[in-house]
Amino acid sequence: MLKIIFTEDFIRIILAAVSVMAFVGANGLVLVYMERKLAGHIQRRPGPYEVGWHGLLQPFADAGKLVGKQLLMPDGADALLYWLAPLVSFLWVLVLFIPIPFSPALTAYDMDLGLVLILAFAGINLLALCMAGWGSNNKWSLLGAARAVAQSVAYEIPLLLAVLAVAFASGSLNLSTVVQYQGVWPWQWNVIIQPLAFVVYFICAVAETNRAPFDLPEAESELTAGFHTEYSGMAFGLFFLAEYANMIVVCALATALFLGGWKGPLSSGVWWFLAKMYLLLFVMIWIRWTYPRVRFDQLLNINWKWLLPISLANLMATALFVKIF
Amino acid sequence: MHYDLNREQISGDVYTSRFAQGQSEDTLILNMGPQHPSTHGVLRVILELDGEYILRAEPVLGYLHRMHEAMAENRTYLQYMPNMGRVDYVHALGWNWAYVGAVERLGGIEVPRRAEFIRVITCELNRIASHLLWWGTYLLDLGAFTPIMYAFEDRERILDILQSVSGSRLTYSFYRPGGVAFDLTDDFLAEVRSFIPHLRKRLPMYRVLVTDNIIFRHRCEKVGELPLEMCRRYGATGPVLRGSGLAHDVRRAEPYGVYPELAFEIPSEATCDAMGRYLVRMAELEQCLNILEQALAEIPAGEHLVKGAPRPRWKAPAGETYFATEGARGKIGVHLVSDGSATPYRCKLRSPSFSNLSLFAELATGILLSDAVSILGSLDLVIPEIDR
Amino acid sequence: MEAAHKLQGLRDLWSLIRGLQITGDALFRRTVTVHYPRREVGNLASFRGPIKLVPRPKEPLKPKCIACLLCMQTCPSGCITVVRRKAPKLAAEQAQPAAAAGDEKVKKPAAPKEPERFLYDYSLCSLCGLCAEVCPVQSICFSSDVYMVSQRREEFRMDLLAKLQEQAGAAKGSGEKTV
Repeated sequence: MLKIIFTEDFIRIILAAVSVMAFVGANGLVLVYMERKLAGHIQRRPGPYEVGWHGLLQPFADAGKLVGKQLLMPDGADALLYWLAPLVSFLWVLVLFIPIPFSPALTAYDMDLGLVLILAFAGINLLALCMAGWGSNNKWSLLGAARAVAQSVAYEIPLLLAVLAVAFASGSLNLSTVVQYQGVWPWQWNVIIQPLAFVVYFICAVAETNRAPFDLPEAESELTAGFHTEYSGMAFGLFFLAEYANMIVVCALATALFLGGWKGPLSSGVWWFLAKMYLLLFVMIWIRWTYPRVRFDQLLNINWKWLLPISLANLMATALFVKIF
Repeated sequence: MHYDLNREQISGDVYTSRFAQGQSEDTLILNMGPQHPSTHGVLRVILELDGEYILRAEPVLGYLHRMHEAMAENRTYLQYMPNMGRVDYVHALGWNWAYVGAVERLGGIEVPRRAEFIRVITCELNRIASHLLWWGTYLLDLGAFTPIMYAFEDRERILDILQSVSGSRLTYSFYRPGGVAFDLTDDFLAEVRSFIPHLRKRLPMYRVLVTDNIIFRHRCEKVGELPLEMCRRYGATGPVLRGSGLAHDVRRAEPYGVYPELAFEIPSEATCDAMGRYLVRMAELEQCLNILEQALAEIPAGEHLVKGAPRPRWKAPAGETYFATEGARGKIGVHLVSDGSATPYRCKLRSPSFSNLSLFAELATGILLSDAVSILGSLDLVIPEIDR
Repeated sequence: MEAAHKLQGLRDLWSLIRGLQITGDALFRRTVTVHYPRREVGNLASFRGPIKLVPRPKEPLKPKCIACLLCMQTCPSGCITVVRRKAPKLAAEQAQPAAAAGDEKVKKPAAPKEPERFLYDYSLCSLCGLCAEVCPVQSICFSSDVYMVSQRREEFRMDLLAKLQEQAGAAKGSGEKTV
């Protein structure tokens, strides 16, 4: 019995799970601060300033506020679905971090099918949105959930195709192999070899994480707050954290697949990975505070009429190229 | 009211239950408002939705009814001035002007030439501020959170300018029957002179950030197509009417003040959609700057308030009159009836947003919910003006 | 036509990049907000705060007010209540009725033309300025006390006369002119 518990793999996975939770928690705080500060300065105002030096302790104040708020459930809501939805939303995201290679030593579990794991579990967030929307007993939440379903399902396909093109070019679904296949300098990264795939992937990533300009499910000015209208306190906090965690996952995946992972000019390592990941997060935040929202049918149009053909053509061209050379 | 907790019987309040009587199969009845982030005030619209498409819409008004017209019957002509700043606080000077114009017409009061120019300058500045606010909030409804901050940078400058002469930043009661309350200072004129080129430099940035943006264009083009005959049926005025092709402006159709002496164009677009209304308002910003330049160049020295202007207990001669001005939202009208006493007998306020909103129910059939938000924004409604 | 369509498509995508340029540029410029309370706006002098009484030049403890009650009648919101000072009770001479005379000056010891209390309810005031305009002796002006906050409604119902005397007393004590 003890032999099973203390195998290297098992301990490794436990350590990985704990450190992933710590990483996601810490990054959640950093991202909250980063988003609010960037939003502030883009809007020519200071952003958080009072709590701590230049507002650095603001995320802790936010967390304290959310934890301290009353957890409410509206009358007539389905208790099981209502309370399960934030948990489902947040907990599954932690699984997505397992195959991501932060550096050669900091990969939680080196899987041959890492990419498939991530793509498979990314869809669970959708289930959480549906549960939240239906369980809230609120027509606005229902609308938000309905939009979220259509949006997520639609945008998973070009995402998959773009990622597959990279997998074809690298010859493996293992993320560490994809990173190894890229070089140290920027012109040796996959973004140069597969620029279309990168653009398609990034657009799909923004849509999958429900960020502006694709944030219809939580469109503040239309649906009050979409699927999480009725949530308050830590339940809302979990949705919030899940959204940021999702953002981190897609940016980390983009870094590994397209931007050379942990490889960088002077000395490769986890710091390069984090730098690139934060650069992509910065771009996502920048985009959010610039563009208006896309209308729902236009959203689906973009997907079915533009992203899908482009990613399909890209995949076929890549496959042809790989076969011939 | 105490609702019976039997779930089958709950059907909302009077308006919703009456609305629900015409409900088709498989549709959702939704209340947009009165607390809603993008209805620009306390407006409630009951919607019948089939998925995302609106089958029927019905605005419910009155959540912000403050009995301005009743107050007019209990206040003297001068005491009513602060009310006029609060009917539509975004373009308060337009309402100020409509009211004092009506009082002047009723009492046969002359306005000195300098006061007329002061009115033009301040009213056009207020119109620019109103359009900037509209622009920012329209984009906020559409999901872009930064243009409102940029618009408010410029708007703060206008508010500072108007504060220096009137003491208020939003709810001005600056005009008086017979002129204006205070005279302009040289500082004021210098500030306005430096503001005009500043805004001229900012407008191209707005165009690049928003007007040319493809996402924004897709939200506005071909959205809310409003044929001209529908405008006529509902009495829509202002940029809503001009966005449907008719270049009708009260400053040219029923001239008042010194507007006949000033050269400016009436922008209009023939596309009849939300983009047309948007472009009309952006063009109006430039025309306001033209008017300001001319007024600054031509403002004469003189009195700011005519001698013998009505004092607090002034009695208007018996009679009735109507005076209209061009507000940022459309034609502002004040119909004043006097019975010879110190308070008006009746003061009817014609609000442009009320007429503009009334076409929403017909316009909203068969459109998407996101388009409804876009249309409401493009109509530039201010609910306090609708409910008065 | 096809080429024009494609060109428009490229221009559309380029418009997205231009938008990012503008917000990116704004990101690195200084903030335009005034960071209260570290800094304050500079144009408070012209902004209307609650009204206050103007003291007489020679007697800083007394306002210019002659208790004509015009402000009380003109205020659209009814937020001013002026209580006239009654005629002093003359112990030795016959007691005259304490009616303040109208506009004419009366040589006999009549009621002094000054307020005993000048009550002002700031929570009703709309800062329209009609009281200041109609006052025949310009005894009312706007203060710049725009940062007034309170947690109790009573603090917004002030006696402006008492306030003036407090300020005048304090100014006398510190030897400076009150604002």
